[in-house]
Amino acid sequence: MYDASKIILGILIFLVLATSPFWYSKATGQSDYLPDPVILTKDTPGKDVCVMPTDYMRSSHMDLLNDWRNSVVRDGERKFVSPNGHEYKKSLSNTCMDCHANKTEFCDKCHNYMAVDDQTCWSCHVEPKEEL
Amino acid sequence: MKALYSFFAVIILIALAYLGITADMTTFFGLVLPYIAAAAFIFGVAYRILIWAKSPVPFKITTTCGQQKSLPWIKNSNLESPHTTLGVIGRMALEVLFFRSLFRNTKMSLKDGPKIVYGENKWLWLAGLVFHWSFLIVIIRHLRFFFEPVPEFILLIQSLDGLLEIYVPVLYMTGVALLMSVTYLYLRRALIPQINYISLISDYFPLFLIMAIAITGALMRYTPLRVDIIKVKELAMGLGSFNPVVPEGIGAIFFIHLFLISVLLIYFPMSKLMHMAGIFMSPTRNMKNDNRMKRHINPWNYPVDTHSYEDWEDEFRDVMKEAGLPLEKE
Repeated sequence: MYDASKIILGILIFLVLATSPFWYSKATGQSDYLPDPVILTKDTPGKDVCVMPTDYMRSSHMDLLNDWRNSVVRDGERKFVSPNGHEYKKSLSNTCMDCHANKTEFCDKCHNYMAVDDQTCWSCHVEPKEEL
Repeated sequence: MKALYSFFAVIILIALAYLGITADMTTFFGLVLPYIAAAAFIFGVAYRILIWAKSPVPFKITTTCGQQKSLPWIKNSNLESPHTTLGVIGRMALEVLFFRSLFRNTKMSLKDGPKIVYGENKWLWLAGLVFHWSFLIVIIRHLRFFFEPVPEFILLIQSLDGLLEIYVPVLYMTGVALLMSVTYLYLRRALIPQINYISLISDYFPLFLIMAIAITGALMRYTPLRVDIIKVKELAMGLGSFNPVVPEGIGAIFFIHLFLISVLLIYFPMSKLMHMAGIFMSPTRNMKNDNRMKRHINPWNYPVDTHSYEDWEDEFRDVMKEAGLPLEKE
């Protein structure tokens, strides 16, 4: 082999970078971490059903929030009828945070896990005061 | 025709993944194949580099684009015709990071009959640069699925990439740039007759494959085909920590995306995509232009049997002496 030392060094750099998914989380010791967002009002009657089904909320809640913001801010339309017939007021502070008042234990759990920037919400809304 | 074959090859791959998922083969598409693909990619690339490293370089074949280092009063160009290691590193860095040699791309055309005109042609350079950089940034952004906690530099890249704050979830500029540039790279091959003539299936196939990967990824992010990315990260982290699990309820689009990436990774070491490593191994770029200072020994050279006059005289000294011939050495 010619220029062995340089090429081996290059291959080593490649291997370290290419295998990073296999060692990074092992090194930080967080490889089996799973977020566990807490729903405070899970067992409270009247507050145990969300405005949309769980699967939809998990993957696409931002669509809903975005639609709500646009229709409230631009059209003043505040009425939302959920698929199961309930009527809600389109409001992050009054409807969503009625049940999910715990930003650090609810929103942040998954957002931090997925490195999601949620400044879309909190650059206008005041973050809820939580008793820690 | 070649473009069409490649296009349908990618369509068939997508159909395969879709059929596999509807037939509930999530373990194969979610765990087995990604592992095979990762191994094929990592070992395949290392193996190809080692094979290349074993091949001798008989001649000093540096591409010289500037004045070589010679006499002290002749100004030399250390980046265009480097004679030091530092110069080679500089030239290589410019080549790898900014595609400097492609920047010199020119286009020949005939004007008014027999007049040959050479003009600048930077579109390929621009599209290539945009394509490679945005692809790199897209890959780095995807590390959030494998890294926990997500390191600061990924957050920084994400926020810069989504700086325009268009749409929710925020539109990434590199996603748009990647799709636009890969489309240009395809159209270039499809529409320019000379390039169309020399394009092969192995040129079109990676383009369509990467296009399909980018489109499925964008569909998963920006449209209602969206999947629960917490589960996706659970799967990715499981793969990374060798505790593989396939969480229930991830949409088929994700497995199509993952399958196409697996195909790309397996295809990578045996394709032209190896230019990723090859660029560093190009003797025309990575050799110093120091021919006049240091002799380049051809490793192919075998010991040549010579018979000099001295040897000849040694052999026939006695006879020559007897015959009275003049000798250099008594």
